[in-house]
Amino acid sequence: MKKFDYKDKKDTRSGFGAGLYELGKNNENVIALCADLTGSLKMNQFADEFPERFVQCGIAEANMMGVAAGLTIGGKIPFAGTFANFATGRVYDQIRQSIAYSDKNVKICASHAGLTLGEDGATHQIMEDIGLMKMLPGMVVINPCDYNQTKAATIAISEYVGPVYLRFGRPKVPNFTPEDQSFEIGKAVMLTEGSDITIVATGHLVWKAIEAAEILEEKGISVEIINIHTIKPLDEEAILKSVSKTKAIVAAEEHLLHGGLGDSVAQLLGRKMPTPMEMVAVDDKFGESGKPEELLTKYGIDTINIVSAAESVLKRK
Amino acid sequence: MTDIQDLKKIASQVRRDIVRMVHAQNSGHPGGSLGCADFFTALYFKILDHDPKNFNMNGSNQDLFFLSNGHISPVWYSILARCGYFNLDELSTFRILNSRLQGHPTPKEGLPGVRVASGSLGQGLSVACGAALTKKLNGDSKLVYTLHGDGELQEGQIWEAAMFAVQHKIDNLISTIDYNGKQIDGPVDEIISLGNLKAKWESFGWETLEMDGNKMEEVIETINKAKSLTGKGKPIMILMKTEMGMGVDFMMGTHKWHGVAPNDEQLENALNQLEETLGDY
Repeated sequence: MKKFDYKDKKDTRSGFGAGLYELGKNNENVIALCADLTGSLKMNQFADEFPERFVQCGIAEANMMGVAAGLTIGGKIPFAGTFANFATGRVYDQIRQSIAYSDKNVKICASHAGLTLGEDGATHQIMEDIGLMKMLPGMVVINPCDYNQTKAATIAISEYVGPVYLRFGRPKVPNFTPEDQSFEIGKAVMLTEGSDITIVATGHLVWKAIEAAEILEEKGISVEIINIHTIKPLDEEAILKSVSKTKAIVAAEEHLLHGGLGDSVAQLLGRKMPTPMEMVAVDDKFGESGKPEELLTKYGIDTINIVSAAESVLKRK
Repeated sequence: MTDIQDLKKIASQVRRDIVRMVHAQNSGHPGGSLGCADFFTALYFKILDHDPKNFNMNGSNQDLFFLSNGHISPVWYSILARCGYFNLDELSTFRILNSRLQGHPTPKEGLPGVRVASGSLGQGLSVACGAALTKKLNGDSKLVYTLHGDGELQEGQIWEAAMFAVQHKIDNLISTIDYNGKQIDGPVDEIISLGNLKAKWESFGWETLEMDGNKMEEVIETINKAKSLTGKGKPIMILMKTEMGMGVDFMMGTHKWHGVAPNDEQLENALNQLEETLGDY
């Protein structure tokens, strides 16, 4: 199996901040909005250097989403940043009516998604956000896996016209994807080819999938890993092509079972290519305070859970 | 220039359009629509600098209007058609399948004149703030107008936007409240009172004016005064007293016609009270 190396661990939110700063330098139509979390979202550099294009909204996320929708009228490209919980559930109707139904070119940028924000606990650990956002007609949903990919995704979505949900997080995770990668919305990334089983993963769980694949390879199982950075539109072709070969699949994500990546993949396979499948995701629970790694273990979405899921699904082939 | 008598004729025809549209599908909101007919007529035929025949989403170098209380779509659709955004015949498609004239306004079906969806209340002021900021960033000196219901002010997002507009010195924005004192369930004061509304907006930092929204001369005079106050660092609010159901006697003085359509007999009665000045659609 191909080896994956990384020089350092970095947080995906910093990848967003770096991408946003690049956009600030290169695209004068890009406007950044934040709801009193500029430091947490790593938007400081943009705010400091382009103050006329930075809109501080205060702790008023509903208004921020409406202001973002309005900014598009006249050609601006707003990037509205806050924690994932406040960027989705708290303002669902504002996003639904003023952005999605109104076809507005707003980029909703959501940090601290999932369990791995850690100690703040369940009030902030939203694991329903992918489901909420993918249900909105026309909404693109992206969950990149590391710093470099988040930076590339941030820049790429500025070129796409239409509403986008960009999800990233707080913990420092291996930064292993190429710095100079091109990011194509809706195009899955084949990380390693294999013949026995397909693992599709998104966000922070992509690195866990790589770790799991290394363990499985030692047991003589050949794994194909696909990084699904775009949950909607889903790269159906890449998934179908892979499972037509491997005939077994595991989906892994830092999200609830309901509404996540696995749910989308299962729908696809159910319709087009019924295939034995396991899902590594959180089953109908809220999170709690703790260290990110402890939480992934307790909630059953760690490397070892991907290994077990793979072994379990292989028995059903 | 359209004079006051012409504007009053337009408003009378718009009122006929409203009751006919709502009657046709036995569905829609006549009360607030009738109350705001004079305001819409003044705004679209006298105040706005706009280009109905060449609508585009960006509206650069044009005044923009956002209807936040989207349920009074009948008055807006009538006005948009009467000033040429789309063909008058299309009013007959209000609320029917495959129409651009949805129950609540949306740009989704491509209706000229509509730039954002509304209906779920409380969102239009935020959108208008964003559009006004873009005008400033683009060096576009034209203005942004909004209309809101008074019951709508019970939504918290309105007050988020009220603070935001002041903080960001959005002084190219003229908002209006349809202050008719009524909402679906009854008088606003009996549901959740707005208290001293003028003091509220003033204390939030808005330049606040008042007018009788059913007196054409006063509407024009007040909006012109509001225009003269733009560009001075503050957003502007007009508290517009109206009579819900204005122009149709049995629809006035009650909240009961907020969202109820007239039957055949009531339609005839209403139309007898409203002069057909420009020809029905």
